[in-house]
Amino acid sequence: MKLKGVVHKYGANVDTDAIIPARYLNVSEPGELAGHCMEGIDGEFLSRVKPDDIIVATTNFGCGSSREHAPIAIKAVGISCVIAQSFARIFFRNAINIGLPLFECAQADEIEQGDELEVALEKGEISDITRNKVFKAEPYPDFMLQIISTGGLIEYTRKKIEARGSQ
Amino acid sequence: MGKTLAEKILSENSGSDAHAGDIIIARVDLAFLQDGTGPLALRQLEESGLEQIANPERVVLFLDHAAPSPSLELANDHIILRQFARKSGAQLYDVGEGVCHQLVVESYANPGEVIIGADSHTVTAGALGAFATGMGSTDVAIAIALGRTWLRVPESFNVAVSGGFTKGVYAKDLALHLIGRLGADGATYKSLEFSGEAIANMSMTGRFTLANMAVEAGAKTGLFPTDEVTRAYLESRGRSALFRSLRPDPDAKYERAIAIDASSLEPMVSKPHAVDNIALARELTGTKIAQVFIGTCTNGRLDDLAVAAAILSGKRCHPKTRLLVAPASREVLREAISAGYIQTLLEAGAVLLPPGCGPCVGVHQGVLGDGEACLSTANRNFRGRMGNPEAHIYLGSPATAAASAIAGEITDPRELV
Repeated sequence: MKLKGVVHKYGANVDTDAIIPARYLNVSEPGELAGHCMEGIDGEFLSRVKPDDIIVATTNFGCGSSREHAPIAIKAVGISCVIAQSFARIFFRNAINIGLPLFECAQADEIEQGDELEVALEKGEISDITRNKVFKAEPYPDFMLQIISTGGLIEYTRKKIEARGSQ
Repeated sequence: MGKTLAEKILSENSGSDAHAGDIIIARVDLAFLQDGTGPLALRQLEESGLEQIANPERVVLFLDHAAPSPSLELANDHIILRQFARKSGAQLYDVGEGVCHQLVVESYANPGEVIIGADSHTVTAGALGAFATGMGSTDVAIAIALGRTWLRVPESFNVAVSGGFTKGVYAKDLALHLIGRLGADGATYKSLEFSGEAIANMSMTGRFTLANMAVEAGAKTGLFPTDEVTRAYLESRGRSALFRSLRPDPDAKYERAIAIDASSLEPMVSKPHAVDNIALARELTGTKIAQVFIGTCTNGRLDDLAVAAAILSGKRCHPKTRLLVAPASREVLREAISAGYIQTLLEAGAVLLPPGCGPCVGVHQGVLGDGEACLSTANRNFRGRMGNPEAHIYLGSPATAAASAIAGEITDPRELV
């Protein structure tokens, strides 16, 4: 599966209060959460973002609170994946669980705002079309790839339980 | 090969020989939700079609982040959690009982357990030797249903703290110093394991503060060995039978060793807008403070209120500074009333808020105005955290908070203790 989109670039320590402030935690509709995505860090983001775009950041993306509303808002606004040099661990699990692909890539800092990227999901290969460069992301453990390809942890668990029930 | 605390707890839990890097399926001894992350978890649970919950006695819901509710939407979220508790038999702590992490250590957490909560500060219970870590709504929903979760056994950092604290310096100052040194992502995915003379002599209150802030360096958990201090605490909570001795093996393998001499520490403050952006309190003299907040899962305990009351006794808050106090639990409030701390704080001009998260997360009770600065005893000072991206949040100990409330500006508390 290939993801293709334009880059929105951020620096280090983009926290979950920046991605979605706590005052929106009572919002359950993903579309409505999307309407406040990145509000705390980038007032222009919503007017710029297009479906399939890609967020790129440096280190510790998604640090702070455990709120799953953060990856939900990012996914709902149409972002196809997030690439960073490193992710905070709770955000990492949350994104996988709701089916938002993340890529940990040491060279993420070489990707710039507005670059066009093509990402091969299974291979973890990131092609920067604008710069004519190819970067490699950390591969996922097998069971995590399964969670992503099934569409998240809820689906994955449901399928596992069904499979057990039918044995 | 010797094992760290994390490896020991997770090996025993999973019945396997677990080492850093292994992925294990862990039995979850306690799973909990709060009113910010809970409604989403319950929707996920419903969607998964998993109707039974594994162990209702060990599933707990807390109404603490926006309690009492400031809006009809949040009030309706509270109804969802109450209904789920009634239907499933899960435990419920309603409005005014306190912050989830304080109630977990008061009533649930024990050495050697695996605890997951849909809140990043779940790490607090590591002070009792529990492998406690925060996760998101979906992870906790699945753990509630199945009683299990997957965990990668973390590598560990040994944080050895020697010496003794000097007067006016507390566990909070150590926590801020450590995070400043590690950086906001310096311990991402790791277990911080504390040791040394200053840790052995530290009260449970101090240990809770330190464990609570492990996540601010990105850590998965912050673990303390258990000892007589742990035993006495559990005994005071009616859980002496659940005490057990837990120590890392002497030849445990640590990825990194960090040595800190507690006697060299001074009162510390985190400056806006990052916890690792630290300074000495005395370097910030002159920084005007509009609001001081004493409370939270980091520093809202009885000993914290005692420190603040001692400094504020017979004094008044600065006329341009408001002081908000939220005890971490109903029990802390009751005890603080009996001990006279609340009376002292009120006489000094404090506004008493109900036990709970108070203004920490910016959804109610003390949202800051544009350009205002707050000195808070909480654990996080991200831009917008207290509800206003135009405000500035500084973090410090209860002593620094109390001293700053009197002066109306950031003040090194050693001038007053």
